[in-house]
Amino acid sequence: MTVMDFQALLPLLVLAAGATLLMLQIAWVRSPDLTGALAALILVLAALSCHFAVAAAPLQVTPLLLADRYALLFCTLFCLAGAVTALLSRDYVSQGDQPEEFFLLLVLATMGACVLACAVHVASLLLGLELLSVSLYTLIAYPNKSILPLEAAVKYLVLSGAASATALFGFALLYAATGTLGFSAIGQGLEETGMGQSVLLPAAVMIFTGLAFKLSVVPFHLWTPDVYDGAPAPVTGFLASVAKGAVFVVLLRLFLDANLFRYYRLVEVTGLLAIFSMVAGNLLALLQTNIKRMLAYSSIAHIGYLLIVLMVCTNSANQALAVEAAIFYLIAYTATTIAAFGLLTLISCDPSGRENIQLQQVSGLFWRQPVLACLMLVALLSLAGIPLTAGFIAKFYLVNAAVSGHHWILLFSLVLGSSIGIYYYLRVIHYMARRPGEHGTEHETISNRRGRILCGLLIACILLPGIAPQSLMQYLRAILH
Amino acid sequence: MSMAVLILMLLGGGLLAWQSERIHPDLPRWTALATVIVALVFLLVSLPPEQPTLPTDPRGTGDWLLHLKLAWMPRFGIALELALDGLSLLLLVLTLLLGLIAIASSWSEIDFKPGLFQANLLWTLAGVCGVFLAVDMFLFFLFWEVMLIPMYLLIAIWGHENKTYAATKFFIFTQASGLLMLLAIVVLAWQGLAASGRLSFSYFDLLGLTLDPRLGWWTMLGFFLAFTVKLPAFPFHTWLPDAHTQAPTAGSVLLAGILLKTGAYGLLRFCIPLFPEASLQFAPIAMGLGVAGVIYGAVLAFAQSDFKRLVAYSSVSHMGFVLLGLYAWNQLALQGAVMQMVAHGISTAALFMLAGALQQRLHTRDMGRMGGLWHQAPRMGACAMFFAVASLGLPGLGNFVAEFLVLLGLFAVQPWLAALAALGLITAAIYSLWMMQQTFQGSPDEQRKLADFDVREMLAMGTMVVALVWLGLYPQPVLDLAQPVIDSLQHLVPSDNAVVALAPGAAVNKP
Repeated sequence: MTVMDFQALLPLLVLAAGATLLMLQIAWVRSPDLTGALAALILVLAALSCHFAVAAAPLQVTPLLLADRYALLFCTLFCLAGAVTALLSRDYVSQGDQPEEFFLLLVLATMGACVLACAVHVASLLLGLELLSVSLYTLIAYPNKSILPLEAAVKYLVLSGAASATALFGFALLYAATGTLGFSAIGQGLEETGMGQSVLLPAAVMIFTGLAFKLSVVPFHLWTPDVYDGAPAPVTGFLASVAKGAVFVVLLRLFLDANLFRYYRLVEVTGLLAIFSMVAGNLLALLQTNIKRMLAYSSIAHIGYLLIVLMVCTNSANQALAVEAAIFYLIAYTATTIAAFGLLTLISCDPSGRENIQLQQVSGLFWRQPVLACLMLVALLSLAGIPLTAGFIAKFYLVNAAVSGHHWILLFSLVLGSSIGIYYYLRVIHYMARRPGEHGTEHETISNRRGRILCGLLIACILLPGIAPQSLMQYLRAILH
Repeated sequence: MSMAVLILMLLGGGLLAWQSERIHPDLPRWTALATVIVALVFLLVSLPPEQPTLPTDPRGTGDWLLHLKLAWMPRFGIALELALDGLSLLLLVLTLLLGLIAIASSWSEIDFKPGLFQANLLWTLAGVCGVFLAVDMFLFFLFWEVMLIPMYLLIAIWGHENKTYAATKFFIFTQASGLLMLLAIVVLAWQGLAASGRLSFSYFDLLGLTLDPRLGWWTMLGFFLAFTVKLPAFPFHTWLPDAHTQAPTAGSVLLAGILLKTGAYGLLRFCIPLFPEASLQFAPIAMGLGVAGVIYGAVLAFAQSDFKRLVAYSSVSHMGFVLLGLYAWNQLALQGAVMQMVAHGISTAALFMLAGALQQRLHTRDMGRMGGLWHQAPRMGACAMFFAVASLGLPGLGNFVAEFLVLLGLFAVQPWLAALAALGLITAAIYSLWMMQQTFQGSPDEQRKLADFDVREMLAMGTMVVALVWLGLYPQPVLDLAQPVIDSLQHLVPSDNAVVALAPGAAVNKP
């Protein structure tokens, strides 16, 4: 390994060193405040280190990892999302005993996501996936005194384990057919063997099932509402944004590097699942009165929107636009999701049953906590795709990409899904806007300076790409050409 | 630049009004009033001294008085492009005037968070001004959507008993149809890319694009749906009675007076000029919808016992005339449609203000519980009478000019439809007079105390009375302002079409 190699992998190295440092610090002195701050600092440093890593990019380090600007952009995004999660978790986990390891696990999970972003080989894909998933099992179960998180964690452990095993088996079959595990080598191997071999179909099905489960695409979505509901709110935000984003990033890389778009049937299936996810996710979200479950179903719908990109990529002329749309969408979606769950974190400080956040709890929030309510308003409008928010530009990107490829059915599903979606997003806004006399019980909320500063920051993160997206667009174009 | 300043002024005024609540609860309304007056004066002052100076675009789409283009998202060929011509100017002045009326009508109505209320009012005005000024399709869509949010909040927070249902329905209807329009806009822009090799969302670049007939038809439908939901035309009108009835008075005034006009403006500015062939094919259907709206709205208006609901359904009926006028597509009918936009805006705003005043005093909108109000509040009665007869189309007032021109123009194209639509004038007389009879005539309830209009309310009403009389007696300045747009629309259809078979009046009016 040369110095350049180390430079290119700087974010991963910072995260690994940071995790070790955290462990030592916890062994030395137990202080949730110190550990929380240190974890956030490490994550921010890792995000900053991506800036230096770009100088060495693109560089293939070992056959496993590729540090190009695509990967480093997502490393930055995931590290920043992790840092915000760490800051948000500070008040949330302090009630339980020994909350320090929570932050250690968070850093490890972020590292898993970054490995996924850099992965160009099945081995690194599985390494990253497991690092992420195993950390998440523990993170979900962290408030071990209450029943909901435990239930969620067990559910996620069993189902996610099964999904990983399925994907692993699929990769093994793929290896048997092509004799290689690097993404682009797999593409070449498939070219030579052709799709005729009988093991390839089950392999494709199994790999796709495994990854679709992690993305919670319909019909592999059944775990999502329960796990989102049970997990501590900041962890849910992390799970919904970073964990899903990382899997999508690696899926897109696999499709692009191995050029799987040749297999039109496979892509058609993803298109079909995208339609199912958009429609079913939005319809099921209509029925929820629990905000976390509602956001869970809405996240299913959003993954459906995102899968449109894979369909568009089949035409190589539109591929660049489609990938650009996907990246923008992921950035907007991550910022918005973290913000929405961040709000849920801040309004639920009562330790008993705080994972169960009903619509009632945000009743009249506009008048009680205007800053928090503004954050939720902006996040919901962004999820609904209303102009001036990042979510709108992201949706605009998707519409452009889909129009360029003339995918009318997908477009109509998108319009239909978004129209249904407006109803349940509006319902939350309506509850928040209720006048003081109109709701029953007053709910206490956390209100401190750190919470308000974070709110302001998150609002800016959603509004800025919505109002002045040009520089981000230019950057995305630059890294794709 | 002055157009951007105008919009920013309203936005900033909203912020100021919101925060001024901290100093004194009465301050927001004064701030709002001052903002709108300053904006109106600023608009009139910033007009160029003499007519067509600035960009006359190559395709002869009219005379633009002001034009502004700033780069925004070159990646997609999107710019902050605003332009002002006679039609926009007319509607801007209407918007700001009705903004003043809206502020006046809610002067003492709002107790809960008056600052935020006035802020939402001003932000709605800013959004509407943006809609009337934007000539970049993306920017237009942005304003189109953004103006809904403050309006939604106005209904959802300060509305009446059934506000949640009404606000949600209003938002979903407009939003869903808006998404279809977004889709249509993107498709259109990509067609432009295929034709010229450059992605652009500018109105001027997309104008005169030759489209594949089938694609053009569907794209046109996307625009048409969005605009007719807002207008509203017959099958898409169901959000309107709820939203108008449940909104606070100022909200109803803005909704009926201005927001409905954005739909008509969209058809006139975008839907027809961008897709002339498809629109021509579609015209019979659109006119059918218009006639259906005229009659259906009138019949339903007659069936209401709720004062505001009656006025709301009468709006459906009157806006049907706009649709008829636009798709009859000749000089007279188009002039009528533009007149109707202005006259209906004023007369309905006045009726809603009246309804709001009644509700504030009587705490009911049920006409069964009114009656004989004239004796107790003669000034109110006189105003109601004036606007009721204006709305039924009494000659000498603006609405008559508008509906008469539409019918005259329509007769040249579709005599039978014109005959049917003329029924709307009769039914309007029935429900308007019936409304007067129910509320202001009859024997009064002696126990009831009713305060008559005060100076502020009479001032607002007086302004609207003068405006309607002026529109009725001397409509030429309004027609002159809109003439370039009407002319350019007429250039779009082949001359051998129905347009030639015009009523004789056309030759007289044509300069």
